[in-house]
Amino acid sequence: MVWRRLLRNRIGVIGALFILANFLVAIFAPWIATHDPLKIDIQNQGAPPSSSFLFGADEYGRDIFSRVIFGSRISLYISIFSVLFALGGGVIFGAMAGYYRGWMENLIMRFMDAIMSFPAILLAIGILAVLGPNLYNVVLALGVVYLPRFARIVHGSVLSLREKEFVEASVAMGNSDWIIISRHILPNCTAPLIVQTTASLAYAILAESALSFLGLGAPPPAPSWGNILSDARNFMMDNAWMTVFPGVAITLAVLGFNLFGDALRDALDPRMK
Amino acid sequence: MISPSPVLSIQNLKTFFYTREGVAKAVNGVSFSISKGEILGVVGESGCGKSMTAFSILRLVPAPGKIVSGQVLFDQQDLLTLSWSRMRQIRGDRISMIFQEPMISLNPAFSIGYQLTEALCVHRKISRLEARQRAIEMLGMVEIPNPEKRINDYPHQLSGGMRQRAMIAEALLLNPDVLLADEPTTALDVTIQAQVLDILYRLTQEMRTAILLITHNLGIVAESAARVVVMYAGKVVEEGPVKDIFEAPAHPYTQGLLKSVPMPGQSRGRDRQDLYEMKGIVPSLFQLPPGCAFHPRCPYAKDSCFQEEPVGSTISPGHSVLCWLYP
Amino acid sequence: MLAISLKRMEESMEVLLKVENLKKHFPTNLNLFGRPRERIRAVDGVQFELYRGETLGLVGESGCGKSTTGRLILRLIDPTDGQIWFKRQNITNLSRIMMRPLRSSMQIIFQDPYSSLNPRMTLQEIIGEGLRLQGHLTAQEKKERILDMMAKVGLRPEHYNRNPHEFSGGQRQRIAIARAIINHPEFVVADEPLSALDVSVQAQVVNLLFKLKEEFHLSYLFISHDLSVVEYISDRIAVMYLGTIVEMAPRDQLFDSPRHPYTVALLSAAPIPQVQKKSQRIILKGDIPSPLRPPAGCRFHTRCLKVMEVCSQKEPKWKELGDGHFVACHLY
Repeated sequence: MVWRRLLRNRIGVIGALFILANFLVAIFAPWIATHDPLKIDIQNQGAPPSSSFLFGADEYGRDIFSRVIFGSRISLYISIFSVLFALGGGVIFGAMAGYYRGWMENLIMRFMDAIMSFPAILLAIGILAVLGPNLYNVVLALGVVYLPRFARIVHGSVLSLREKEFVEASVAMGNSDWIIISRHILPNCTAPLIVQTTASLAYAILAESALSFLGLGAPPPAPSWGNILSDARNFMMDNAWMTVFPGVAITLAVLGFNLFGDALRDALDPRMK
Repeated sequence: MISPSPVLSIQNLKTFFYTREGVAKAVNGVSFSISKGEILGVVGESGCGKSMTAFSILRLVPAPGKIVSGQVLFDQQDLLTLSWSRMRQIRGDRISMIFQEPMISLNPAFSIGYQLTEALCVHRKISRLEARQRAIEMLGMVEIPNPEKRINDYPHQLSGGMRQRAMIAEALLLNPDVLLADEPTTALDVTIQAQVLDILYRLTQEMRTAILLITHNLGIVAESAARVVVMYAGKVVEEGPVKDIFEAPAHPYTQGLLKSVPMPGQSRGRDRQDLYEMKGIVPSLFQLPPGCAFHPRCPYAKDSCFQEEPVGSTISPGHSVLCWLYP
Repeated sequence: MLAISLKRMEESMEVLLKVENLKKHFPTNLNLFGRPRERIRAVDGVQFELYRGETLGLVGESGCGKSTTGRLILRLIDPTDGQIWFKRQNITNLSRIMMRPLRSSMQIIFQDPYSSLNPRMTLQEIIGEGLRLQGHLTAQEKKERILDMMAKVGLRPEHYNRNPHEFSGGQRQRIAIARAIINHPEFVVADEPLSALDVSVQAQVVNLLFKLKEEFHLSYLFISHDLSVVEYISDRIAVMYLGTIVEMAPRDQLFDSPRHPYTVALLSAAPIPQVQKKSQRIILKGDIPSPLRPPAGCRFHTRCLKVMEVCSQKEPKWKELGDGHFVACHLY
């Protein structure tokens, strides 16, 4: 039933196609790319788009087209794993806070509030400054930044679900807390969680680019859309096209997640209850 | 069936809901009338269309519903043809409505005094002060203690019974000709229900207001109503004086309904008997059975019941039924 | 089942459940330190015995504490005070782990068929949940037990994998009943199981409850505000008001000769689906007081038509008037 409603939403389908394209490009990158993204070729430094360099070459002569294609891997990797981290942690903390309440709830939720009170980018920068800027730490940093949002959603859902009579019935059966939380409460939280997940995936891609601008993103020479964009910044006056392609790639990916996420939210609307 | 000097008369009213799943015929050709000062009970189970009939009278049918055909005759006019502004004048003033949950019609953000006086000032040209006086009087008439103080209270500060009484006060403040009461006591405790029904009965006797009492509770109808309309799947299946309906029900659905309700003293001093069970369940309004909508559950169904919708017939003065059992 | 007099019951049947001075106060209106400024006295001193094989009706209006009492007995909530014995075992303070083996003997059916079933589970999972704790059954055995129970409550086998939202209110209640009974409990609390159902469906569910009671030798605590149904289904009835039981008697006695003024008013207020001359009905004045501040002395004295001076000063004692008829009232 939800599928049908999803498919009816044309815009959402477009968004889904964007996401799918993104994944396919990332998976088949070696076959799609025309050059080795790391290969330096000083002779072709700054070459404009042509038949051999589809998107042109950057200041080291590397093919931007191939770099953008491979960049999709890094961007997806970072966004997926940071969101998974946030989702996993958020579910655990949120569920514990919501189900057990009392001091545990206070401790956990105030801690979440503390994290959320930092501007997202600043917090990520702070974490990376302490841990050092490499790929895994970026995932960790972004994961920590997004975790409280998920925790809040789960906390709110659990609070309302634990009062439902089917939970009482399960208690009356003699089930343990673990069973009640995993079988009864969490499956009913999925709707808002799914929506938050797609939104966070979009944010993560943007956040990675922002971090790359600051030199804290994926470490060079590995291409990520963020650092391709960042490198191109210096040449915007003369070779403006160098910024366009990574920018478009980011836009399409973020747009895809957002459109699909909106469609998903509409399809999961309580109307169906 | 037209009762003497009807104040409100509905003729062949149809209200359908157009949704993606199909057309739900919520009100499917309903006709009845109500006279001045009369309490007409409208009974039926969920989905029979009784509430939607009341909403249709006031043209408050929510989307995707539409009033498709029929007439609602009030004061020599068909309400369905009136302009929106004329209709607004009638709502609350000549025909008012009270609901099951008082929180729906009482705005939790305003004091009840404000809401009552607002209603008065909108429909009558009187000063706020005078309106407030009348509101206090009305609150006293519905037996709210200390009305001068309680008029400043907010709905959440009143108990369920008091909120319902405040809603009755608001509805009767303008002395309407007709009061549509949609399950007014269903959410109330039994002792409070008795109070509220008592107040309703006395006030409307004094003010000669006609009441359309919509409920699924047969007991309330038996005690308060003078005439009864029984609805099933959007149609009126039986109509008549309350005594006839309860003591000599004609339609098999009415009979089944009355048999399903445990009577006091029914199971004393002898072996318990099963309560009468009507087989089957209420049909979906999207897929009404052909012919008579009740035929799949009717113990007396014959061929004609599958094929054609029955036409109304009169059994005795004032008592009519929609069933092929009756010529 | 013939109407059984209490004498016979005492002689032939055992006490399945015994409750003494049961109280539950909910702290509310917390001050800065988390200490409650007020307490909601939801249940404030309830005592009764329930015999094996009987249906004890528990009636009262909102705020009287009947639902809370049901949950207290099942230890879904912990009592503030008092004792609960189930099959001669004191379960008042048992930990959750120690309660677990008892759980299959005592179950509950809720009022709202829409929120008492997990919308994400299939019928099989819902009904079979109780069987999970009986680890020794094979998957095939479990399936058979579930299908068997479904048939007993009137659900068709093809519904095995459907979700609750595909069913009507009456069918959902059947699912809830199947879930409660799958482990053959001895005692079932039915908390307003009919209130959310249409009249004709109520009849079906009531008949089903009776049938299952006889087949599985169940004992019910039937909580309801609907007097006509309670009269039909119960062997004995207890009337609650503001957290205490004011009267308890075998069914016929309660309806023929109610003693407590509240019972009298309650019976008088209940509308009967019979057309009769408007009899002198007792209309109580005032609203039900809040359980936050119950009236002093006898809680009912503020609305009682037979109120005397002592009623506002002392709480009446719980007395037996003979032949199983109990009352708490200064008139006696």
